[in-house]
Amino acid sequence: MRYHPHTPGDVRQMLDACGVASISELFRSIPAKLRLERPLDVPAATDEVSLLAEFQRLAARNRTEHPPFIGAGAYAHHVPPVVDQLLLRGEFFTAYTPYQPEIAQGTLQALFEWQTFVTLLTGLEVSNGSMYDGASATAEAVLLATRATGREKVVVSGALHPEYRKVLATYLASTGDEIVTVPYGQDGRTDLAALQAAVDDRTAAVVIGYPNFFGVIDALPEASAIAKRAGALAVSVTAESVSLGLLQAPGALGADVAVGTFQSFGNGLNFGGPAPGFLAIREGLIRQMPGRVAGATIDRNGRRGFVLTLSTREQHIRREKATSNICTNAGLAALAATIHLSLLGKGGLAHLARLNHARGKQLRDAMKKAGFGLRFSGPTFNEAAFDVGDAEAVVERLARKGIAAGVPLSRWYPDDPAMKGALLSVATEVHTPELIELFAQSVRG
Amino acid sequence: MANPTGWKPSMEKGAAPGADALDTGLLGATRGLAMEEPLVFEQGSPGRIGVSLPPVPAGADPSAEIPAALLRGEIAGMPEMAELEVVRHFTRLSQWNWGIDTGFYPLGSCTMKYNPKSSEALARLPGFAGAHPLLPGSMSQGALELIWKLERSLSEVAGFPASVMSPAAGAQGELCGLMMIRAYHVARGNPRHKVLIPDTAHGTNPASAAFNGYSTVTLESGPDGRLHPETVAKAMDDDVAAIMITNPNTLGIFESHIAEIAEIVHAKGGLVYGDGANFNALLGVARPGDMGFDVMQYNLHKTFATPHGGGGPGSGPVGVAEPLIPFMPLPVVVKEGETYRLVTDPKERPQTIGKIREFWGNTGMFVRAWALIRELGPEGLRRVAELAVLNANYVRAKLVGHYNLPYETETLHEVVFDDKLQKDAGVTTMDVAKRLIDHGSHPPTVYFPLVVHGALMIEPTETESKETLDQFVAAMQAIAAESKTDPEALKGAPRKTVRARLDETRAARKPVLRWTPGMKVE
Ligand SMILES: Cc1ncc(COP(=O)(O)O)c(C=O)c1O
Repeated sequence: MRYHPHTPGDVRQMLDACGVASISELFRSIPAKLRLERPLDVPAATDEVSLLAEFQRLAARNRTEHPPFIGAGAYAHHVPPVVDQLLLRGEFFTAYTPYQPEIAQGTLQALFEWQTFVTLLTGLEVSNGSMYDGASATAEAVLLATRATGREKVVVSGALHPEYRKVLATYLASTGDEIVTVPYGQDGRTDLAALQAAVDDRTAAVVIGYPNFFGVIDALPEASAIAKRAGALAVSVTAESVSLGLLQAPGALGADVAVGTFQSFGNGLNFGGPAPGFLAIREGLIRQMPGRVAGATIDRNGRRGFVLTLSTREQHIRREKATSNICTNAGLAALAATIHLSLLGKGGLAHLARLNHARGKQLRDAMKKAGFGLRFSGPTFNEAAFDVGDAEAVVERLARKGIAAGVPLSRWYPDDPAMKGALLSVATEVHTPELIELFAQSVRG
Repeated sequence: MANPTGWKPSMEKGAAPGADALDTGLLGATRGLAMEEPLVFEQGSPGRIGVSLPPVPAGADPSAEIPAALLRGEIAGMPEMAELEVVRHFTRLSQWNWGIDTGFYPLGSCTMKYNPKSSEALARLPGFAGAHPLLPGSMSQGALELIWKLERSLSEVAGFPASVMSPAAGAQGELCGLMMIRAYHVARGNPRHKVLIPDTAHGTNPASAAFNGYSTVTLESGPDGRLHPETVAKAMDDDVAAIMITNPNTLGIFESHIAEIAEIVHAKGGLVYGDGANFNALLGVARPGDMGFDVMQYNLHKTFATPHGGGGPGSGPVGVAEPLIPFMPLPVVVKEGETYRLVTDPKERPQTIGKIREFWGNTGMFVRAWALIRELGPEGLRRVAELAVLNANYVRAKLVGHYNLPYETETLHEVVFDDKLQKDAGVTTMDVAKRLIDHGSHPPTVYFPLVVHGALMIEPTETESKETLDQFVAAMQAIAAESKTDPEALKGAPRKTVRARLDETRAARKPVLRWTPGMKVE
């Protein structure tokens, strides 16, 4: 076994040193009746050559002909090969959490850079070191708001990602906090009159997608103002983070907390995970922030260095009084995003965001030409919902051609008859104009 | 360019007393050539770019559709670097880091075993890395088959009828397990209010319980480091929802009264949660599901060798006993004939607690964990536990006498010493840890578990050779000797790293948590 270096001679000598005759003697603290007296029923061991063939066979069954036109919270973007090659440096990917800062300056400085990128893109003052995903980041943002305001009600846009809303509801089940969901309008934006009516002096947070689940650039400034007037926190949620290279920063539009995922930067789709969740806040909320954070300091010789800091909020110090139970986060996925954002830089990010907006426009134009209108009239970034008649049938028909078409919105909105024919699709820089044309024509059939 | 890191050549001269005493550490550490490296925000030059992208189509104009107030221009402060600058930056940062690939990493409770390279290649196959989570079932059978098979095998290895795959890390697995426990009690009419947790538990245990609306009751472990049935019996009542037990516990000691404890808890209607962070010790040897545990999270990023990545991502599936199956969060993957399907509709599982993570979990980690299980097979899995336990006991045998062993009880995959024998000379666990770095080893986990003052928690894992352990032992022994003869040498450590000891108090008192233009940390 290539991962086990022990020779029989080694084992002998080590057993002697331990003063026992056999390895099984080392397990005598486990009562006999609790021991497993048979081999595990898992497949027999295999070698690397067979392993590769086996996994290739599995992977081939997920293959699509073209990059997916599905977005809905996970986006196919070009990941420059340099990202992965740097990520694979074993000093990064085989390190643990940077508990010994003198030999973890690489992780810590990169974390500090991640935090800076998150604050630059969100326009907020503080970022933590990453969260599991966008959904749990949203739940943590709401819990943060309930702690910061001492209130127990949260008002959520019905156009927020349904998966995020499900996770939020699951996280809040034990708290007794009330979740009020407000509807969306014909423009696909949150119904502001309904939002205004739902928000009161018991409201801890107003949560809104930006862009929202329909790909629509939602009314974040208005929603934030409503929250602010009621003394609630405005929480902005972004799943397609490339949009933040074109759209005004949530913090500049009144958001107190911005969460979501940076999966679009440097991270593949991986069937949904891992991906780097992010959480950014205004400075005044720092004591309520969940998760790890890196900070700058100096060493004994006066040189700048980085450490994990403000840990008295965290579970390993504060235990049951911690702001969250999170320990392991999404560090390596955050590093991938950090590398990609460094490569993009100022001009590259603006370019990528404009290109994605343009691809979204090409998709809308191509669909219009093919006879499919938009489900919602509000402005969009790179993703939009189209009225295609029978969305489930379209998805199935295109799957047979090896095209992943998008997702039928009726799956998440079964009670809204207007969603019956709605297909949510995205185009990014990986979809060429020709491919977009082919897609629209295929939808028409 | 300014000198943002503050490094000056004079800083290297005559570093500190005792510097010469340790030219080559006992695990081979010498001084490498390390480069100073500013933040990305402190480098580059206007106009540089590190990517190659298709052009933006002529005539594309976002402002024709999106209100001006919702648009932004280029973001001030973003770096502008060419590709090579970025490559050097992150390569240099990586050189400031210690990973398993660099050397020994006996960080107790974290199971820092070798992360197979072939697993990385497999996870990068386009069919996995490029698979969208919402692909139609007909286009994602490979991913679903893999998740299903891994779920079956994890459940077998731990002795549970089923496992939830979606939790993103150990702590989220704990939360998920407790949510199911809560739902189970609610379904019986009373959620109950308390969770019992031994004093040896990891911080995430009480935090997860509190997060889920429970108050925690701390149970004292006995003088042998074990939790005793009498202690549990005394604390157990009708208001206790569950007990959370790590087995082996964080002292590396097997909770040998586990079956009796489970009986006591079950008799009063409570459930037994297992923190599976230490499951490495038991693979193929014993199964938590056979000991009375009702639910346990697996830390795939420990036991099943998926990389820790400098703090994550992890993956924390949760095994559940029969009574909890109805409450499992969605999705679950089922096999119907030769077809695999994601169950996502609560109508099929009306008692589900809901959803714990977006989509289906950290599938990228599942690929790696499944690769390891496939390569090891039943004998290999058992060998993991055997060699992990052998390695830890070997180190223990060699260090007894040099360091104080607060609990003499037999241990499995890890062992906890403390700094009692060094204290008289004014040397602390932190000093030992920092000195060890100069020898060329990552330090053990320090100051945890909390029941041991000045704990040094050593977990070698099964992938380390006898030679490495011997070098580590020699270094630890040398440090123990040095703590008597030259304690100041320890206080000045580490000396070979890119940074000396860092001022953590200062970091917390004046938090600087992001770069801003002109940032100075002095
Ligand atoms: C004993 C124990 N329990 C729970 C955890 C939490 O796991 P995670 O960091 O994956 O959330 C850890 C590790 O950090 C641990 O060592």
